[in-house]
Amino acid sequence: MESLDPVLLARLQFAANITFHFIFPALTIALGWVLLFFKLAYARTGNLAWMENYFFYTKIFALSFALGVVSGITMSFQFGTNWPGFMERVGNIAGPLLAYEVLTAFFLEATFLGVMLFGFRKVSDKLHTTATLLVALGTTLSAFWILVLNSWMHTPVGFEMLPTGPGGMLQAHPTDWLAIVFNPSLPYRLGHTLVASGLTAAFVVAGLAAYRWLRHDRTIAVKLAMQTGVGLAAILIPLQIWLGHAHGVNTLEHQPAKIAAMEANWETRSHAPLVLVAHPNQTTRSNDYALEIPALASWFVTGSVDGVVPGLNDYIGNHPPVAPVFWGFRIMVGMGLMMLAVSWVGAYVLWRQRNGQPPRWLVYTLLGMFGSGWIATLSGWYVTEIGRQPWLVSGVLRVADAVGPVPADTIALTLAGYLTTYGLLLVAYFTTLFYLARQARTAKTPSLPSWSYHKTNKG
Amino acid sequence: MEFFTLWLANPTVVAALPLVFAVLMGIAIVTYVVLDGYDLGVGILFPLATHKDDKDLMMGSIGPFWDANETWLVLAVGLLLVAFPLAHGLILTALYLPVFFMLIGLIFRGVAFEFRAKAKEPHQQFWNWAFFGGSLLTALMQGYMLGIYILGLQHGAVATLFALVISLCLAAGYALIGACWLIMKTEGALQKKAVHWAREALSYTALGMVAVSLMSPLASARIWNKWFSLPEVFWLAPLPLLSAALFAYLWWLLRQPQVFKAAVWQPFACVVALMLLGFLGLAYSFFPYVVPEKLTIWQAASATGSLALMLVGALLVLPVMFGYTFFVYKIFHGKATGLSYH
Ligand code: HDD
Ligand code: HEM
Ligand code: HEM
Repeated sequence: MESLDPVLLARLQFAANITFHFIFPALTIALGWVLLFFKLAYARTGNLAWMENYFFYTKIFALSFALGVVSGITMSFQFGTNWPGFMERVGNIAGPLLAYEVLTAFFLEATFLGVMLFGFRKVSDKLHTTATLLVALGTTLSAFWILVLNSWMHTPVGFEMLPTGPGGMLQAHPTDWLAIVFNPSLPYRLGHTLVASGLTAAFVVAGLAAYRWLRHDRTIAVKLAMQTGVGLAAILIPLQIWLGHAHGVNTLEHQPAKIAAMEANWETRSHAPLVLVAHPNQTTRSNDYALEIPALASWFVTGSVDGVVPGLNDYIGNHPPVAPVFWGFRIMVGMGLMMLAVSWVGAYVLWRQRNGQPPRWLVYTLLGMFGSGWIATLSGWYVTEIGRQPWLVSGVLRVADAVGPVPADTIALTLAGYLTTYGLLLVAYFTTLFYLARQARTAKTPSLPSWSYHKTNKG
Repeated sequence: MEFFTLWLANPTVVAALPLVFAVLMGIAIVTYVVLDGYDLGVGILFPLATHKDDKDLMMGSIGPFWDANETWLVLAVGLLLVAFPLAHGLILTALYLPVFFMLIGLIFRGVAFEFRAKAKEPHQQFWNWAFFGGSLLTALMQGYMLGIYILGLQHGAVATLFALVISLCLAAGYALIGACWLIMKTEGALQKKAVHWAREALSYTALGMVAVSLMSPLASARIWNKWFSLPEVFWLAPLPLLSAALFAYLWWLLRQPQVFKAAVWQPFACVVALMLLGFLGLAYSFFPYVVPEKLTIWQAASATGSLALMLVGALLVLPVMFGYTFFVYKIFHGKATGLSYH
C-alpha cells in the first residue's frame, strides 16, 4: 500500500471523527437550554403540554448526548494517535486548555446528566431544574474551552517559540494567558457556533413537531413545540447572519488567504465581484463558468465598493484548496438565507393562525428544514478548517509536520472501521429519532410526582 | 505575579511539579479503573442474566453513573497529554490498534443504554449484544494495552502472550467488581446470582493476578531487580501479603449469609482495596518511568509554567467535583430500579 499517503489518511480520519462528533454537540448545546425553557414555561403556566414536550425532547437529548460522549472520547485520543507532533510543539498551550475543559465542563455535565435524566422522582423540582441548568451550562462551557483552543489555532497569539524540545525542536511557550484565551477570533467563532447550535436545535424541534403533526398527532404540545422552534429560529437567524459577517471581517484581518478562497478571488483588487457560482480552477488559477455580481464582494467584506479584497495569487503554495472552501461557504450562506425566509414567514403565519391549525405547506417545509442546521453548521466548519490549510496552527505548525509514525495501511484500516461504525450509528440515530416521534402520541403522558399536583389543578 | 514567577524558577519546584502530575494521573487512573470497572463489569456479566427484568435492573443500576465514570478516562488521558506530551504521542501511536478497538467497544456499549431503551422490540436484542460485546472488548483491550505498556511498548510473541494473559485477568477483575456492585445495588434472585458470579470471577481474578505477578519479573529484568533485591524485598512484602489476605477474606465472605444484608458493601470495598494494591505495585515497578525503559517523568514533562497553571485549576476544581459526585451518589443511593425518565 505504498501509494497511500499517511498525512492525507490521518486528515481524513480526523475529519471523519470530528464531523461525526460535532453532529451531536451541535444539537445538545442548545437543546439543553430549550429543555430548561420547557420546564420553566410549565412552572409559569402550569400547562401540562410544556411538560409533555420536556419529556419528549429529553429523550432526543439523552440519545444525542450519549452519542456525543462516546464520539468525544474518541476525539480525546485522536490528538495522540494521529497528531503527536501537535502536542509536542504546542502542548504547553493546548494542554491546559483541554485540561480546563475536562475539569470544569465534562464532569459537570456528565454528573448532573444522571440527575436530570433519572432523578425526576428522587429529587425536588427545584433541584431537578437546577440539574437541567447545570447540564446546559456544562455543554456551553465545554464549547467555550474547545473553541478557545480551536480559535487559537486559527489566530495564535500570546506565546513565543523556544528551542526546548528534543534535538532543539521549537516548542510554543505561553507568555500571556489572557491573550491566548481571548484570542482575536474567539468572540466571533464562539458566538457564531453557539448561535449555530441554537438554530440546529430550533429546526430539529420544529421538524419533529411537523412530522408528528403530519402523522395526525395534533396535540397542544405539538403546536407549542412547533411555535417554539420557529420562534427561536426567527430570533436567532438575523443575529447569526450579522455574526457571520463580523466573523468574515475579522478573518480578513487575520487569515486573508481564507477570505480569498471563500470568494474565489485570484487577483488582489478593489471592486471585487461577488462570485455567485463558479468552478474555481486551481491549474489555470481562474474561475470557470463564473456568475458574478460586480463589486459586491468588496462591499460585503470591506464595507465599500472600492475596498481591496485579497487575491489567492499573493499566497501561491500557501493557500487552502479553493473549491471546498468556496462551496462550503455558499452552502452555509444558502442555508442561512433559507432559514431566514422559512422562520420569518413561518412565525408570521403561525402567529396569524395561533388559534387554528398551521397550513399544510408550512408543516411540510418545516419537516424539510429538519436537518438544515446540521448542514449549515458542518459546511461552516469545513470552510473554517479547510481554510486554514496548509497550516494546523496558522503560521506556526504545518499539518504535515504534526503527523505521527503510524503506517498508512493501519490508518486506512481503522478509518474503514470508524466509517462503518459511524454509518451504522447514524442510521440507527435518525431512525430512532423518527420512531420516538411516532411513539410520542401513544406513549403515556407521565404522571407527575406530588410536587407538581397543585400546579396541575390550578392550570 | 512576581512571586509566582520566582517560585516557578526554583529548582525544587521545577523537579516536583512533574512528580505531582504523575501522582494526579495515578489517582485519575485508579479512580477510572474502579468506577468504569464496575460498570464495564456489569456489561460483561450482562448475558448471564436470563430474565429481561434482571437485565433492566442491571442497566438501571449503572445508568446514572456510567457517563461520569468514563470521564475519568478522558481526564487520565488528558493529564497524560497535558503533563507529558512526549509520552502521550509515543504511547498512543504504539498502541494505535488496541486503542482503536477499545474506542469501538466504548462507543457500542455507551450508546447501547439509550438505544436499548428506545429502539423497537426486535432491535433490542442487537443492543443487548452491543452492550456486552462492547464492555468485554473494552476490558480486554485495556488489559492488552497494560501488558504491552509494562514491557516497554515492545511487540513480539512474548509480549503478546503476556498481554493476552493480563487482558483476561483485567476482564475477570472488572466482572468481579461488577458483581460486587450488583450485590450492593440489587436484592432477591438477582442478588443471589451476583454473589454466585462474584465467587466465579474471584477465582479467575486470583489466578490472573498470580500469573501477572510471576510473569512480569520474568519478562522484564528491571522489574525483577526492583522487587527481588535486599532490603526492598522486606518492605515490599506487605503488598502481596495484604492482597492474599484480602482474597482469602473475600472467598470466605462470599459464602456467608451476611453478604446479603449487613455486609453488602464489604465485597465491593475489598475489591477496591485490591485494585489499589495492584496499582501501587505497578506504580512501584514503573517509577520513575512514564514510558517504561524509554522516558522518565522529567524527560517527558511540559513546561513548568503550564504545569503550574493546570495545578492551580485542578486544586480549585477537584474538591468541588468530588463534592458533587458524592452528592449525586447519595441521590441514587439504595437499591436500583429499571431506567425511567419519570
Ligand atoms: C463547540 C462544541 C464542541 C466541539 C468543537 C468539540 N466538542 Fe466535544 N463535546 C461537546 C462540545 C464540543 C459537548 C457539547 O460538551 C459534548 C457533546 C455532546 C455531549 O454530550 O457533550 C462533548 C463531549 C465530548 C467528550 C465527552 C465528555 C463527557 O464524558 O461528558 C469528549 C472527551 C470531547 N467532547 C472531546 C472533544 C475534542 C477532543 C474535540 C476537538 C478536537 C471536541 N470534543 C470538539
Ligand atoms: C448567512 C450568513 C452567514 C455568514 C455571512 C456566515 C459567515 C461565516 C464565515 C465568514 C465563517 C468562517 C470563519 C472563519 O474565518 O474561520 C463561518 C463559519 C461558520 N459558520 Fe457561518 N455564516 C452564515 C450563516 C451560518 C449559519 C446559518 C450557520 C449554522 C446554522 C453557520 C455556522 C457556521 C459554523 C458552525 C462555522 C464554523 C465555526 C466558526 O468559525 O465560526 N453560519 N461563517
Ligand atoms: C466541531 C467542529 C469541527 C469540525 C466540523 C471540524 C472539521 C474539520 C475538518 C473537515 C478537518 C479536515 C480539514 C482538511 O483535511 O482539509 C479538520 C481538521 C482539523 N481540525 Fe477541525 N473541526 C472542528 C473542530 C476542531 C477543534 C475544536 C479542533 C481543535 C481543538 C480542531 C482541530 C483540527 C485538527 C488538529 C485538524 C487536522 C489537521 C487538518 O487536517 O487540518 N478541529 N477539522
